[in-house]
Amino acid sequence: MNTLAAALAPVHQQYLLQARQMQALSFAVHIPLVCFGIAFPVMVLFAEWMGMRTGDPVYRTVARRWSRIVLALFAVGVITGTILSFEMGGLWPNFTATFGSVFGLGFAIEGFSFFMEAIFVGIYAYGWDRLSPRLHFLSGIPIVITGFTGSLMVIAVNAWMNHPGGFRLVGGKVVDVNPWSALFGNSMLWSELVHMYIAGYMVTGFTMAGVYAVSRLRGRWTRYEQVAMTIPLTIGCLAAPVQVLVGDWIARVIAVQQPIKLAAIEGLARTTRGASEHVLGWYTNGQIKFGIGIPHLLSLLAFHSWNARVLGLNTVPPADQPPINVTRLSFQTMVGIGTLLALLGVIYLIVRIRDRSLPTWRWFYWALVVAGPAATVALIAGWVTAEVGRQPWVVYHVMTTAQSVTGASGIPVGYAALVVTYIAVAGAVVWILRRLARSPLDLPGADAPPDPIAEPA
Amino acid sequence: MFLKTLPLVFVLAGLVLYTALAGADFGAGMWRLLAGGGERGERVRDFAHHSMGPVWEANHVWLIFVITVAWTAYPTFVGSVASTLAAPFFIAALGIILRGASYALRSAASTSRESRMVDGAFAVASLVTPFALGTMAGAVAAERVPVGNAAGGLFSSWTGAVPILIGLLAVAFSAYLAAVYLAADAARHGDPEIEEAYRVRALGAGAAAGVLAIVGLVVVHADARSLYTGLVHGAALASLIVSLLAGTAALGLVFTRRFEPARYVAALAVATVVAGWAFARYPVLLPGLTVSQAAAPHDTLVAVVIAVLAGGAILFPSLGLLFRLLLQGRLGEPGTAAAAAGPGGDAGRPPRSTALQARVAVALLIAGVGFLNAADAGWAHLIGVFALFGFMIVGFAAIVPRALAGGPEASDELGQAGPT
Repeated sequence: MNTLAAALAPVHQQYLLQARQMQALSFAVHIPLVCFGIAFPVMVLFAEWMGMRTGDPVYRTVARRWSRIVLALFAVGVITGTILSFEMGGLWPNFTATFGSVFGLGFAIEGFSFFMEAIFVGIYAYGWDRLSPRLHFLSGIPIVITGFTGSLMVIAVNAWMNHPGGFRLVGGKVVDVNPWSALFGNSMLWSELVHMYIAGYMVTGFTMAGVYAVSRLRGRWTRYEQVAMTIPLTIGCLAAPVQVLVGDWIARVIAVQQPIKLAAIEGLARTTRGASEHVLGWYTNGQIKFGIGIPHLLSLLAFHSWNARVLGLNTVPPADQPPINVTRLSFQTMVGIGTLLALLGVIYLIVRIRDRSLPTWRWFYWALVVAGPAATVALIAGWVTAEVGRQPWVVYHVMTTAQSVTGASGIPVGYAALVVTYIAVAGAVVWILRRLARSPLDLPGADAPPDPIAEPA
Repeated sequence: MFLKTLPLVFVLAGLVLYTALAGADFGAGMWRLLAGGGERGERVRDFAHHSMGPVWEANHVWLIFVITVAWTAYPTFVGSVASTLAAPFFIAALGIILRGASYALRSAASTSRESRMVDGAFAVASLVTPFALGTMAGAVAAERVPVGNAAGGLFSSWTGAVPILIGLLAVAFSAYLAAVYLAADAARHGDPEIEEAYRVRALGAGAAAGVLAIVGLVVVHADARSLYTGLVHGAALASLIVSLLAGTAALGLVFTRRFEPARYVAALAVATVVAGWAFARYPVLLPGLTVSQAAAPHDTLVAVVIAVLAGGAILFPSLGLLFRLLLQGRLGEPGTAAAAAGPGGDAGRPPRSTALQARVAVALLIAGVGFLNAADAGWAHLIGVFALFGFMIVGFAAIVPRALAGGPEASDELGQAGPT
């Protein structure tokens, strides 16, 4: 297969699949929290800034209550992020031991970023009323910056795993390491970063909008809810259509850099000129069953050419092919949800510009309630597409996942313990957020009677 | 050689800071278990919770720093340690999850029964995590971790006398540091009852840590002779003597209620133990693996040093700000107090022309599609991405301030059904 001389001797691990699932579970728990780390501080600071500009106490109340959510979710994000760093060494010791000198720098810088974020989240969330308004607002700016730099570093490592560079293999050994060009001179980094960054705004925007959509459906619709909904909703609705365009970009990058991943996404068994795009369906025996085929669309989308040649799965041996249906179904899930969210966004933007108000259809608010969880599902589906589509490689075409896994026994025990722990943490997070939501508003006029109009007939 | 050792110095410095800062946070968690009953016990517990609130996350990140610098600069070492010591590593991970989650829960708990339940989970996690991490340090020190992928025993590697002892020592140090810091905080807040409660605890835990350390030397002598030989020679011996003196001095300072200097002297006592361990083993990391054999290639080491120095130049002033604000009492539990009206502001200013902004937004969107989706060149994609971000920002500016400027949107009652 390849002639990699790993730093530690590879071992046979009976529970490789469980180790991968354990890692995937840890990512799936952490990534939605990352989204809130990326996007939520921006929304909180915007609300605080509006409050400073207008003197309207509603904004300050919104920012203040949101900052408690920032604090709680950051606390959970710190620990789920720590687990990931433990697993990098604990589950994949040979990956870390062989390539730590190439990719590790990204995590070291990310560590500093995380540090700065922790410091300023502490100052911001605990500094209300005790710091001057100006200083307090300024203490939030580093949170926004570090939310970006942190995700930049982690994505740089992931992009490197998908498109490794910055080192040479001589006699199977890693030499001539240049960590800077490995991490930042990577043509796959930028599309992946932008895609994830916008996903952060979609998940946070739609989730927060959904919370206040529930309020509205229940008939609670004071100025507080209006302000608290308009900010995240507008952000989510602007980000969703843009994400469709960015998705097209990243797909074209994949078509060039990882043609086998694209072939798995599309279920393309053989190299084809003028390849069709299949929507829905199931891949079996080298073809898509029950799918809707659109002739030439894949060639057109991937290479902007009617008869472009698209590489098929047959160009690599079966052992080097990723699991096709998992990759394909998660891709279709992401694209399907993303398209619906973009549609929802466009509807909102049109109504907002034309009528200068929020839509008044009940279904719109029900759609928003669903949109937050749906955006999270799309987020995770997107990561599954990217990472399962990378299999069997951990470092693309250099080291396989099987070569990198730990030789330690007891993976099923660890997996079970982790599942139980994360279920408990999820329960705790829900409980905390409900508590925070139920604490009194302390705003004049906030206890106005419910809006009877909104009650269902 | 200097370059190959420098990242190790960073790792050890991070480890000292983690022990001295996060260790104390673990200790504060343990003291909640031993706070006693009644109203006084509750105050002792609450005090431990509030004083670590704004800082525990920042303190915790030292561990991330240690791990990430170590795996970049000494990848084989980390791979070997993390795979052989998978069990305590994983136990520590679960402890960290439980602790972080219960910290967040404690802030939201409203009744004292809820708080006590959370405190129980918190205290267990606070005990287990330093113990597990301590056994890992002990296992490495006692040469029980061979080079290789899970080459050592899953349990036998860290359940020997020395690892267990270092684990217990980590627990005792944590409890001791926490009690000293909390007593100092209480003295600053002018709360003599809490101050006395933690003073007594500091004296007890300090004495226990001292006894454990001396027993530890005997166990190391019996169980890990080469470590012992390293410890009683040269710089390692000097470190241990400083540690002994500092530990004794800190107890004396606590006894005479001079808590502020006690804080730093106690931290010094713990730091010199870590230093002594490092001097005793240097230059060997694992059996058959020296620092220079484990070190990453030259360019990576240079990159790590640059990253750490540049990061530190930003980090330390920020940490200084955090601790200064904390010690000045300017950071507190985020309350729900009524929002004070902001400074006047200019609420009456008419929003900028929405129509113009909307047109600019649409133009940016079209430019974005053209450069990002139609074009194929890298430079065009860059322009496209900026155009699309411009679309989102201008679109937001066109919509949101105007939408929020009005009073309650009285006219938009919800329809009963969607358009069918």
